[in-house]
Amino acid sequence: MITVEGLTKSFGPVRAVDGISFELAEGEALALIGPSGCGKSTTLRMINRLIEPSAGRVLIDGVDTTGIPPATLRLRMGYAIQGIGLFPHRTVAQNIATVPRLLGWPRPRIAARVAELLELFGLPPAIFARKYPHELSGGQQQRVGVARAMAGKPAVLLMDEPFGALDPITRTRLQDEFLAIRRRMGTTVLLVTHDMDEAFKLADRLAVMERGRIVQLDAPESLLRRPASAFVESLIGSEDRGLKLLSLAGVTALMGPAMDWMPIGDGTFRKAGANVSLAPLSASASLREAASRLVFAGVDELPVIDEGGAIVGVIDMERIIAFGGGSR
Amino acid sequence: MAQRRGLLRIVAAGIAVALFSIMVLVPRAFERPLAALAKFGQPAIYDRDSILALTLSHIGLVIAASLAALVIALAIGIFVTRPAGAQYLPLARAVANLGQTFPPIAMLAVAVPLTGFGARPTLVALFAYGLLPIFENTIAGLKGVSPQVVEAARGMGMTGRRILREIELPLALPVIIAGFRVSIIVSIGTATIGSTVGARGLGEIIIAGLQADNLAYVLQGGVLVAMLAILVDLGLGFLERRARQPRSA
Repeated sequence: MITVEGLTKSFGPVRAVDGISFELAEGEALALIGPSGCGKSTTLRMINRLIEPSAGRVLIDGVDTTGIPPATLRLRMGYAIQGIGLFPHRTVAQNIATVPRLLGWPRPRIAARVAELLELFGLPPAIFARKYPHELSGGQQQRVGVARAMAGKPAVLLMDEPFGALDPITRTRLQDEFLAIRRRMGTTVLLVTHDMDEAFKLADRLAVMERGRIVQLDAPESLLRRPASAFVESLIGSEDRGLKLLSLAGVTALMGPAMDWMPIGDGTFRKAGANVSLAPLSASASLREAASRLVFAGVDELPVIDEGGAIVGVIDMERIIAFGGGSR
Repeated sequence: MAQRRGLLRIVAAGIAVALFSIMVLVPRAFERPLAALAKFGQPAIYDRDSILALTLSHIGLVIAASLAALVIALAIGIFVTRPAGAQYLPLARAVANLGQTFPPIAMLAVAVPLTGFGARPTLVALFAYGLLPIFENTIAGLKGVSPQVVEAARGMGMTGRRILREIELPLALPVIIAGFRVSIIVSIGTATIGSTVGARGLGEIIIAGLQADNLAYVLQGGVLVAMLAILVDLGLGFLERRARQPRSA
């Protein structure tokens, strides 16, 4: 568990970061989000002491890190940055092995860890281990950058706009991959981003920052339903926040009992008395996808099926609209 | 295209090696063509000393001075690119530039009263003259390393010393070698004038030729020095290219 207490950084009379405190539970992902210059990167860099704090402290599992030499401290914290910073003169495998080597792991253990991470990030070792960074695409380089940050099994993974320099399609794909890997490995993550969609997607909680302070720290749903200020509201984007809210919940949380729907054999379903057959929704779909499908098909309910193809419920527009209620 | 250039380099290197070895080991082989340049009764081939001994002495002078310049320029270049030494950068630059503003012959003239005749003043002049290119290229090479790469290394827990050794120096190496290449080539040429103050080297042949108005000597000495410079240039160029490209799987 990481505890940040009253972290402050002054540059002359200016307080770039002004008394930031938060806790990061084991396995949790927290996003620091805010506009440029709000102090989010400075906060991140104070946690691994790339910037020395003017005041405040950081505790790992209750132990104050102030007395630990910065280089030693950083070995316990993964660090992935925008633009990646891969070592151009070292192979992919050597890049990923950086922290394990600094930690003095025995050779076979390093090799096994490198192979494990390459597999995990969808880069088969046989093809990628001996390549140099300049031989990789942007997305592949970024994967290696994140794999390298995770290699030493850090207590926390610090990420500064890790997917910022990628095209939108590659970025989405990497976010999905990273989410799956994080869930599987239970990695604790502190993420800095200015992209609200990225924060909603990757983080369990969001700390919204404005001029060096945290103005709201909440789960995505609470942030959307109850923004603490006009600033938070504008950052969330007030126009499509209903849709954002829908993307946070899955259909299974809201669906009703399935009645009158029958499979007709070609993978589609038909409601008794109706004459159109419709493709069902997957149980893993979000409410946003459900709403989109309903609107597109021009119907007011759709069946939901599980992985085996069996019908598990129906979702209708009325329930989806009701989900938005309770927000102010 | 690149392949053809590589082939051309190998052929050039082969010719230079062959020509140079023959001139050094069997100087008499070129007696006939050089005789055409000598005046009647003059010897065409320098015979007051062994060409091999002169060549080795010349190379020894250049290597001693250049290695000393490399060590000092590298050390100062590294120091002034660290946060602690950054304030000394302008001073170090001024001193290194000073070495280059003096013509080498003036440097010799200043050095002789201090160190006496022989190899010593030549070493001083070559050393002072060789500092600047290595120093400037060390700085350029180290400053050319991507700040993101250094930041990533620091963020992962590498110490400053380790970053220098494992990241900055390897990445700056091609540029540093390029500086050393310029420095040593200049030294090979400049070392010839060391013979005016009694340093043993290939300059002796040229100076003897000039004094006796013997064009054959001048040409023999000149070609020897030129071949040596070309060979060193090719060799260091090869090292520079190797350091530049990571070999790929």
